[in-house]
Amino acid sequence: MSSFADQLLVLVMLINFAVLGSSRIALAIRAVAAQGVVLGLLPWLIHPFSWHLLAIMVGIILAKGLLIPWLLTGAVRKAEIRRETEPFVGYVTTLIIGALLTAFAFVFAEKLPLAPAHQGLLFVPASVATVLTGFLVLTTRRKAITQVIGYLVLENGIFIFGLLLTEAMPVMVEAGALLDLLVGIFVMGIIINHISREFSSIDTSRLTTLKE
Amino acid sequence: MTAGNLIIAAILMTALSGIPALFLRNRTLGQNLATAILVLGSLIGLAGAITTLGSGRTEIYGIAWSLPFGPCEIGVDPLGAIFLLVVFAISGCCAVYATGYWPAADNPATVHRITFFFGLLTAAMALLVTARNGVLFLMAWEVMALSCYFLLSTEDEKADVREAATLYLITTHLGTLSLFAMFSLLQGAAGSFLFPPAGSLNAATPLATGIFVTALLGFGLKAGLMPLHIWLPSAHANAPSHISAFMSGVLIKMGIYGLVRSLSLFHNIPLWWGITVLVIGIISGVAGVAFAIGQHDLKRLLAYHSIENIGIIAMGIGVALIGQAVGNTILILLGMAGALLHVLNHATFKALLFLAAGAVIHATGTREIDLMGGLARRMPYTAAFFLVGAVAICGLPPLNGFVSEFLIYVGLFSGILGEGGTAVAFLALSAPALALIGGLAVACFIKVYGVAFLGVPRAEEAAHGHEAVRVMLAPMALLATICMGIGIFPRMMAGPLAGAVHSWQPAVGMTGPALTAAAPLGWITIMGLVQICLAGGVAAHFIGRLKAEPVSAGVTWGCGYLRPTPRMQYTASSFAELLVKTFAGILHPHVTSPAMKEPLPGPARFASHVPETMLEHVFMPVLRLANDRLAQLRRLQHGQLHLYILYTFVTLVVLLIWAY
Repeated sequence: MSSFADQLLVLVMLINFAVLGSSRIALAIRAVAAQGVVLGLLPWLIHPFSWHLLAIMVGIILAKGLLIPWLLTGAVRKAEIRRETEPFVGYVTTLIIGALLTAFAFVFAEKLPLAPAHQGLLFVPASVATVLTGFLVLTTRRKAITQVIGYLVLENGIFIFGLLLTEAMPVMVEAGALLDLLVGIFVMGIIINHISREFSSIDTSRLTTLKE
Repeated sequence: MTAGNLIIAAILMTALSGIPALFLRNRTLGQNLATAILVLGSLIGLAGAITTLGSGRTEIYGIAWSLPFGPCEIGVDPLGAIFLLVVFAISGCCAVYATGYWPAADNPATVHRITFFFGLLTAAMALLVTARNGVLFLMAWEVMALSCYFLLSTEDEKADVREAATLYLITTHLGTLSLFAMFSLLQGAAGSFLFPPAGSLNAATPLATGIFVTALLGFGLKAGLMPLHIWLPSAHANAPSHISAFMSGVLIKMGIYGLVRSLSLFHNIPLWWGITVLVIGIISGVAGVAFAIGQHDLKRLLAYHSIENIGIIAMGIGVALIGQAVGNTILILLGMAGALLHVLNHATFKALLFLAAGAVIHATGTREIDLMGGLARRMPYTAAFFLVGAVAICGLPPLNGFVSEFLIYVGLFSGILGEGGTAVAFLALSAPALALIGGLAVACFIKVYGVAFLGVPRAEEAAHGHEAVRVMLAPMALLATICMGIGIFPRMMAGPLAGAVHSWQPAVGMTGPALTAAAPLGWITIMGLVQICLAGGVAAHFIGRLKAEPVSAGVTWGCGYLRPTPRMQYTASSFAELLVKTFAGILHPHVTSPAMKEPLPGPARFASHVPETMLEHVFMPVLRLANDRLAQLRRLQHGQLHLYILYTFVTLVVLLIWAY
């Protein structure tokens, strides 16, 4: 079973590159949605079946695969943008940096003092690589909406690590994390609207005018 | 019910007292309900504090909490009970006063806010005093600091208030920063965030020195010790008067509590600790009262007297520390008992003075002493209460200020007689300094009372001043009674004080007679009663003469001027001019006086003003210099969201590589 989980994790990392390399925002949203669905399937592969687990999986798939992408697509349509036109760093460059960071994540994971049960698995490198990818998206992209995508990728990375840490996740913790994310998306949605109304664009670099 | 349960109930009641008022549409009902709950909570808390002081027992309770800071305990002991007494007594009085001074009907927009934060502030202080865990202490400390900030900025539409509140917020957080360092060091020394038992840590280590210095900085900022007092005058002057009373009476005492509590943890205290605290006390006392003399703003003047009295308290603590260093229990007993009693006394008479000042400001609509005058005729009760507070703060018998200063004097003298070496020089310097403080305070309050309450009105507002309403007078009457009670019957405080000193320093025997043997408290009662009889006799004699002989009303003799005007009276500046000139070296007064060259000069103006010298001449230039020199660093704060995230990103990667 764990080999299948590893294959899914490789898929997750490939999706990271899809997010990094695409200029079309709709594609990036769909990629993150797919990543969410894959992550939703993972607990079923590594933990024994229980109704509690099923509820968590359904919740994650619904939230990450349907609800959040739907909200984001709505925001994109409202703000009338399709592409991330002028990122701070070009797509090819970010792809290369992303590849380097993923490699670094593998090297780093080797050195971590993990429990023997987790030693050979891809969980830790995939998690670190996804977190770093999220950060990369956050720092290199200009539009508020791509920033939200960056946060989502970041959260997915943390989620992978969480899978490893807890044998059976308490419902409350998981629900809390999901709720956090959902509220975060709502807030970002509101901010996006405000930014686009205030500056007639959703370019976050315009926010410098707000500094003291 | 044990004392601890009473205190915990009181903390909960006061904390929640303001919540109904937040939701009630009827603001007056909300305010009255909040006041009723708060007063009831305060009474319960007072019962708990008095029970503890009476029994001398220490009660410790464990709290089950899930925070990762080790076990949490709260405890009530006689040392804390003295401070709880202050918190609950003054809080209750100020809350009742507020219903007359800040009525809901006149202030519908702010009243729910002020009552809510007032209850929260009271509860935070009580929790602070009972906390036995450094983290819980800091939590209560922050709740206290922030709720006080919101109270202080009640009238935030005024620029002065905003400025004072911001200054307060900055300084209080600087103090908290120092306390974070202090409790981290303490955790290092004691092995846990739980306070170790009194006298269990060795003070002769570098770690202990670090704890002492950070505690002095952090708690000194809150207490308003010079030169860390910069926030205090403007904060006290710009808050609503009952808040000023609570801040001056209680809030700054929390700094003293923190200092006393953290010093109680040590044994083997080096001599320089005591000398440092004593010298800082002398500086605060003398400079505080010197600044007070130069003020024209009634509340600012009272605020500087708070600094003076904090100085006196610090002197008492210094004497106790010196006693501990040289192993003289009488010094410990007298110094600490004097300091703790002065905490209680200053809280009562300073709250009384601020409440009376509030009544005056309410009536005249100004804080300028030079615009008042003749108020004793229109506000006889307020004037009488203010007089009681003024005599008490000057340290004159038969009021309570005398008793605590007397204990410190006796401590100083017995130290000078009994000891040899370095300590004697400093103790010998302190006695005249304390006398100087007392003398200057008398001069200052003669100025205030004479200019504001005697004479004839100098401005329209003062002429139309009206007496305060009963709910404002009743708390003042209660506080005045406490001032006189402690002043005339100080023996009743001997037992509680000795118990508190014992819980501060277990080496000192917990017996009331030791204190009464060391200081002749019984004689104070006799002398006080004789004094009252004499004063009463003289007064009766003159009243009799007034009745027996014909009386004619006329103006005061004005040196031969035919048409005396109210402007010919002594003003606050002219009365204080000699003393302000004497202290010009530290006060740096701003004086704008006209140059009169011709024999018949035209109209001219004279104005003098004593600024907050420490702030204007020391702190602001240093901060301005830092501002200029650190301009380069400000480039880091450029407003680019991406680069902010990049900072985090780079830090994360660097940490990962470093760990690798």
